[in-house]
Amino acid sequence: MSGKRNIGDVILRCDNISLSFGGVRALTNISVDVREHEVMAIIGPNGAGKSSMLNVINGVYHPQEGTVTYRGQTRRAMKPHETARQGIARTFQNIALFKGMSVLDNIMTGRYTKMKRNFLWQALYWGPNLKEEIEHREVCERVIDFLQIENIRKTPVGRLPYGLQKRVELGRALAAEPDLLLLDEPMAGMNVEEKEDMCRFILDVNDEFGTTIVLIEHDMGVVMDISDRVAVLDYGKKIADGPPEEVRANQDVIDAYLGVAH
Amino acid sequence: MARGLPDLTVYDTFPKLLLHHALVRGGQPAWREKDFGIWQTWSWGEVAEEVRAFALGLKVLGFQRGDRLAIVGDNRPHLYWAMLAAQSLGGVPVPMYQDAVANEMRYVLSHAEVRFAVVEDQEQVDKLLEIKGDCLTLEHVIYSDSRGLRNYTQPFLTSYAKVQELGRTEHADKPAFFEESASLGKGSDLSVILYTSGTTGQSKGVMLTYSNVIMSARGGIVFEGLTEREEVLAYLPMAWVGDHIYSFGESLVAGFCVACPESSNTVMHDLCELGPTFFFAPPRIFENLLTQVMIRMEDASRIKRAMFHYFMGVAKRSGAAILDGKPVGLVDRLLYALGRIFVYGPLLNVLGFSRIRLAHTAGEAIGPDIFRFYRSLGMNIKQIYGSTEASVFITIQPDGNIKDDTVGLPAPDVELKMAESGEVLFRSPGSFLAYFKNDEGTKATKTEDGWVHTGDAGFLDEDGQLKIIDRAKDVGKLNTGGMFAPKYIENKLKFFPFIKEAVAYGDKQDFVACFLNIDIEAVGNWAERRGLAYSGYTDLAGKDEVYQLLSDCVDKVNKDLANDPHLSDSQVKRFLVLHKELDADDGELTRTRKVRRAFIAEKYDQLVQALYSGQKHCSIEAQVTFEDGRKGMIKADLRIQDAVTYQPIKKAG
Repeated sequence: MSGKRNIGDVILRCDNISLSFGGVRALTNISVDVREHEVMAIIGPNGAGKSSMLNVINGVYHPQEGTVTYRGQTRRAMKPHETARQGIARTFQNIALFKGMSVLDNIMTGRYTKMKRNFLWQALYWGPNLKEEIEHREVCERVIDFLQIENIRKTPVGRLPYGLQKRVELGRALAAEPDLLLLDEPMAGMNVEEKEDMCRFILDVNDEFGTTIVLIEHDMGVVMDISDRVAVLDYGKKIADGPPEEVRANQDVIDAYLGVAH
Repeated sequence: MARGLPDLTVYDTFPKLLLHHALVRGGQPAWREKDFGIWQTWSWGEVAEEVRAFALGLKVLGFQRGDRLAIVGDNRPHLYWAMLAAQSLGGVPVPMYQDAVANEMRYVLSHAEVRFAVVEDQEQVDKLLEIKGDCLTLEHVIYSDSRGLRNYTQPFLTSYAKVQELGRTEHADKPAFFEESASLGKGSDLSVILYTSGTTGQSKGVMLTYSNVIMSARGGIVFEGLTEREEVLAYLPMAWVGDHIYSFGESLVAGFCVACPESSNTVMHDLCELGPTFFFAPPRIFENLLTQVMIRMEDASRIKRAMFHYFMGVAKRSGAAILDGKPVGLVDRLLYALGRIFVYGPLLNVLGFSRIRLAHTAGEAIGPDIFRFYRSLGMNIKQIYGSTEASVFITIQPDGNIKDDTVGLPAPDVELKMAESGEVLFRSPGSFLAYFKNDEGTKATKTEDGWVHTGDAGFLDEDGQLKIIDRAKDVGKLNTGGMFAPKYIENKLKFFPFIKEAVAYGDKQDFVACFLNIDIEAVGNWAERRGLAYSGYTDLAGKDEVYQLLSDCVDKVNKDLANDPHLSDSQVKRFLVLHKELDADDGELTRTRKVRRAFIAEKYDQLVQALYSGQKHCSIEAQVTFEDGRKGMIKADLRIQDAVTYQPIKKAG
């Protein structure tokens, strides 16, 4: 990508998604489009179904109704590792890193779907496999450089503060060189400075690599600042979808956040 | 010429030296940088090519002889090469402090009338964009790291690679131009303008000629017997004369290899990987390393701890004497040899000093304990005394006769004399040309016949070694008539690991009082060990236990001062612990982390009043500048503590 990023065609389309767990309807009839190179935020009060939505896109949950179309391929049920191979990477609300492994090793796991040789070859650590490993390591080092975490490259993740762990998790997702990046509350529990750093990184990822980003976030300031489009969920339904200014002025959204007499 | 140095009468400028090295040792490593986790190396031949490409690119952009080129960024080979490129076009590089805020940069850029700026990354570009409107002479900004700059469309922004590309095309057209241009300069030409950090008010642009820097660097090389095989790490601000001489001047004179760390956060780690043979650092770096060692030793297993303490005892007894070649008993020699295997060797390795032949420290006084610690490990660390105006070297401690409290003998070709006021003056081949656009300042500092005022008070001891007490203008008098040398007291306090900074007052007062700053790492660790809960810096600094801890430190200093006949009046009677860390962003420290006493006294006038009025408490509201440039207020109620003072010890008889 060069020059200013161009928001392109729709690459991900969710059509009439409905998802329930037993009697609980987590998502009702939701349709969302994500366009290439855009930053899209999904917001909503607690329990609105935001994470469920990401999990549907990601293939963790299989909706009872509706379809997900990613780059022209329509599916209802797909396993997470299959979506990963298609170029969708994500981070989690609760950090899901290997605490005992170093930052570098954690980021290397992000390369898993790109590794061609089986584990017997990998155990050998010789010949063609060595060459492959070096290539993967190079990608990881670029990610480390990008996220400015050189100084903790060899530190076990468990010893790092929360904000840095979040950054490492983003690093692992980036190592997969995704086209679509799903971020589940990337800034939860951070202080102002860490949030600013994280915003910078998200925008830079979007800018430098042209990665499409879908993120869930509670901090309205952040959402309004960095996203091109915002979708609002409330009680499993989509109540608004549009540019930040428009959503901010939407009466349904204000009611959902401030509460109204039902 | 000593040990195969190039003939400096022929190769009298850095561009000439660069071409010389490219010719005689073209394949040998000249620069290294850790990038993407791997040390990348450039040979002298490659460096010459890179410099040529960049220089010619600058020329295409319109760089003229005599133009100034500002350089802002962390230590990066590309930025050092930009200096060489400017010099080979007859221009003058102006390295600037990379952590300066936009406002401070505005002054230097406009004062030096900079037309071209080479900066590291987006952070610096943003700062320059902010002030570009005020710096009318600034025409081109060149960045070396393009990350985040994709959408910047300003026509005056160009990438380093693009400039080099222009230069390579230009070179194909005019293959002889670069060498001709590079050989035009002569030794007496201006080579660099270094802006002082501003300990004494507005910063001044010190103009150094090629021969200043080259002859001073040569002095250091000859005095210490450095060779082309040294490896050094360049990690101090490029704008500081220390880095300019050690990483740039000496490397180009002797032809040794300089390495740049991966980032400022990884310096210690890179140091360990690289294992330099020669290391230059201000005392605080050595202090930080020692603090880290001590903290980590406390966490070590009991056996290791016992071994460490036993062998450190041995080293303390005989290490320094062995290093100085003085007679030492056989048993101690054997124990020391054992210690080297079990403790000193591994310890030096962890610190990255396995291959070290020599270390220099300067800028501030180093704590005697710290100094002895490293010497006792067998590391030849020496204090030097210097200044920007001297191109660093004024005195260096000589091998074999090192004293804690002196800064050594004059460096080669340096003459010293003491003014009647006690101020030290020097004359040397390194002494600066003049201050840039500041004749008044030049006249006040440099006499007609070339003597330069250092502004430091000191005297020569019986061996001819120089002893510095304080800044000449800071030495004051107490109302009791006793001498008051604030830095001397502050340094004594700062030698405790718990005290990060100290600011002493006493001139024209009845007694000495001071502000202290805790070292958050050391005190935080201490508090953790005692299960002392705290929420942050301000909270920790105000704890009774911490006051007690610092009170003990002050007590020891007072005992020490009581022993000194000249300074027994200077015992600290009252002190307080500041609620915030003194910071260069708030103007309280200079960029080289020296306290600006007068500024602090003015800013915290309330507190100074309270120290001398007998109050027990004082509330204060102070402005702080956060790292992103925003400002905020911190409020606190500070306790003032009285310290125990001692009767001066009368000499018997």
